[in-house]
Amino acid sequence: MKLNALNNFFFIAFPYMALIVFLIGTIYRYKTTGFKFSSLSSQFLESRGLFWGVIPFHFGLIVVFLGHLLAFCFPKGQLLWNSLPIRLIILEVTAFTFGINIFIGLAALIVRRFTNPRIRAVTNIMDTVIEFLLLAQVILGCWIALGYRWGSSWFAADMSPYLWSIIKLNPKVEAMSAMPWIIKLHVIGAFLIILLIPFTRLIHFLVAPIPYIWRPYQQVMWYWNRKKIRFADAQWVHHKPRNN
Amino acid sequence: MDIRAQTSMVFYLDKCIGCHTCSIACKNIWTDRKGAEYMWWNNVETKPGTGYPTKWEDQEIYKGGWEKKGERIQLKGAGKRKGLVNIFHNPNMPVIDDYYEPFTYRYLDLIESPSMDDQPTARPVSLITGKPIDIKMGPNWDDDLSGTPDFARNDPNLKGLSAAEQEAMFHLEKMAFYYLPRICNHCLNPACVAACPSGAIYKRGEDGIVLINQDVCRAWRMCVTACPYKKSYYNWHTGKSEKCILCYPRIEAGFAPACMHSCVGRIRYLGVILYDASQIKSIASVDEKELVDRQLQMLLDPFDSQVIKEAQSNGIADSTIKAAQNSPTYKFAKAWGLALPLHPEFRTVPMLFYVPPLLPVMASLKEAKQTQQGQKLHDAAKFWDDNWLYDTSTKELWGTLDEARFPLKYLASLFSAGDEEQVKVRLKKLMAVRMYRRWKTVGDVTEEKSNEVLKDAGLTQAMAEGIYYLTTLAKFDDRFVVPASHREQALEMLEFTGDKKGATGFGFKEATAQRGL
Ligand code: SF4
Ligand code: SF4
Repeated sequence: MKLNALNNFFFIAFPYMALIVFLIGTIYRYKTTGFKFSSLSSQFLESRGLFWGVIPFHFGLIVVFLGHLLAFCFPKGQLLWNSLPIRLIILEVTAFTFGINIFIGLAALIVRRFTNPRIRAVTNIMDTVIEFLLLAQVILGCWIALGYRWGSSWFAADMSPYLWSIIKLNPKVEAMSAMPWIIKLHVIGAFLIILLIPFTRLIHFLVAPIPYIWRPYQQVMWYWNRKKIRFADAQWVHHKPRNN
Repeated sequence: MDIRAQTSMVFYLDKCIGCHTCSIACKNIWTDRKGAEYMWWNNVETKPGTGYPTKWEDQEIYKGGWEKKGERIQLKGAGKRKGLVNIFHNPNMPVIDDYYEPFTYRYLDLIESPSMDDQPTARPVSLITGKPIDIKMGPNWDDDLSGTPDFARNDPNLKGLSAAEQEAMFHLEKMAFYYLPRICNHCLNPACVAACPSGAIYKRGEDGIVLINQDVCRAWRMCVTACPYKKSYYNWHTGKSEKCILCYPRIEAGFAPACMHSCVGRIRYLGVILYDASQIKSIASVDEKELVDRQLQMLLDPFDSQVIKEAQSNGIADSTIKAAQNSPTYKFAKAWGLALPLHPEFRTVPMLFYVPPLLPVMASLKEAKQTQQGQKLHDAAKFWDDNWLYDTSTKELWGTLDEARFPLKYLASLFSAGDEEQVKVRLKKLMAVRMYRRWKTVGDVTEEKSNEVLKDAGLTQAMAEGIYYLTTLAKFDDRFVVPASHREQALEMLEFTGDKKGATGFGFKEATAQRGL
């Protein structure tokens, strides 16, 4: 009974809490404090050490995150892919390599943060919290990948339905509560990170500059539509500034 | 044609005394904050010298600006592909040590120190970490060629000069230098705007000022790399990039920017120039030799009736056209052909023009026997007591330019992408105006001679008079012709609520909710 209540809290109540805080928090922060919306890069203070941390970290994270996302969105496809052992093994080895990359990068970043006095000067509490949280999450992830094979298959089979049940507002925790505690911890960690996103520098991934790809290089902004208001007798109906 | 107005600047280098008043005026208003201590939106450097940040002109290091690839141009170290691939770590970004680590002193130690045998000292501490540091570099530590081996001899512009020419430049008797004040050029083809992945940087349509929206900047840092003049700075505390805003709040209120207002040497001019924006792309991509000429071609004559008509139909206010007609910068850059853009080969089409310095090249210096000197000297020449002849004679008209102690090649590398002719034309004009004034005031130059010189340089007496006036006697309103910003229209646009009077009443911009059927 008690275990049930715990399960219900961590895998129903807590995920919803995390998602709601994430949604409201990020939108609020985006709308009201654009000035604080930044990746807070510290490359300007220390560049070489950053390279060895930030590159493996980000590329590892992108691949691993996309992997989770794909398995979550297309569980059937995932299982189909895994039906051939060789494909399964290629996938798992790749994912694991990138997971290790995250670990190495993050470790380098943490060492840099605490050994370089300049970087310490621009470190705040949330930076530290989120970095150690991510570190724990990555260690758990790699551990799971090694100890509970084959993750890509059981994620698609058991985790995806659970996550979808959360999205569909009809949470089914049976599969989840049967999971080993280490996987449970990984899931709780994931929701904790989602919850903390609006309070940390992690928000910067939400404003990844994708529109840059199709934007024209030069940007000119007009404060008002100069042609429309040039002549005083013309009726003036345009309120929106025009950009080009 | 797509006529637009650009607020442009001219710096008359001969008159800069290197006092840094401009830098201080700017710093006191805009950058005296944490994270911005190291920024000098306006800085003055000694040339030859390495500048700020160190060797900023060397794009092999910093990869700033545009480069020509075939018929097109692309950003050298940024852009869509390079920018997004390098977004996590930008390999070409300068770090704070390329500028200098900001510092202060522990002044309190001087007061609170217990009595002891030695005098107490105020140790320097870093403004970043608060810890004691050994200061390696500070603002303008290269001033007046100080530490020449470290600074002057590492000037990237010396690359094109032979070893002998370089040696000659630093020969003690020949040594000359001048100051180069720099602010953001508010370019027509700004590399900073093009490089910003967030789209936070933009050029204002009405006056061409380039600004960074602090709410949209996300610290991707690409503008710092892309600006070849290194005039976009990363604020390490706020995590936002910042740059010179040409004091737009002052400009909108009709004042000159603070650096210009405070300039002791009165070297600075500000005014509107009308230009044809449809040409920007093609001009930025022409061959290096044509860059200067084509850029000047794009600037339009504000008195031409066709230009005026086109400008009006493109929405440019009459007051702005009027300002363009009085613009001192148009005169310097186009009408008189005296000014040149700084490093046009970076292809950002900068809108800050420099009148190249005549004084460092004016005199020639030769070794001459004392006895010979007396015989061959022109009356105007001065000579030292030793065997060096510092010759400012004007007998052979342009002789001194060719054997100038300061190689024209060096100036050309700064102001005309290496084309010495462009610099020479301008220096001749400066010299001609001096001779013209000499005829007028001193009288040791005849009128024929003065006319001959003016003609040779491509000036008329009226032009010479205009140049003389604007470079010597000009008052505030002559030097800074700030166009009206027409805030009243902008305010009206924001506030106009008359159309809601009959529904929600004055003061509302939003309509009422839709009700009923
Ligand atoms: S000088 Fe640099 S910062 Fe200024 S507009 Fe040009 S490219 Fe941008
Ligand atoms: S205030 Fe004027 S004269 Fe003094 S350094 Fe600046 S530009 Fe030169």
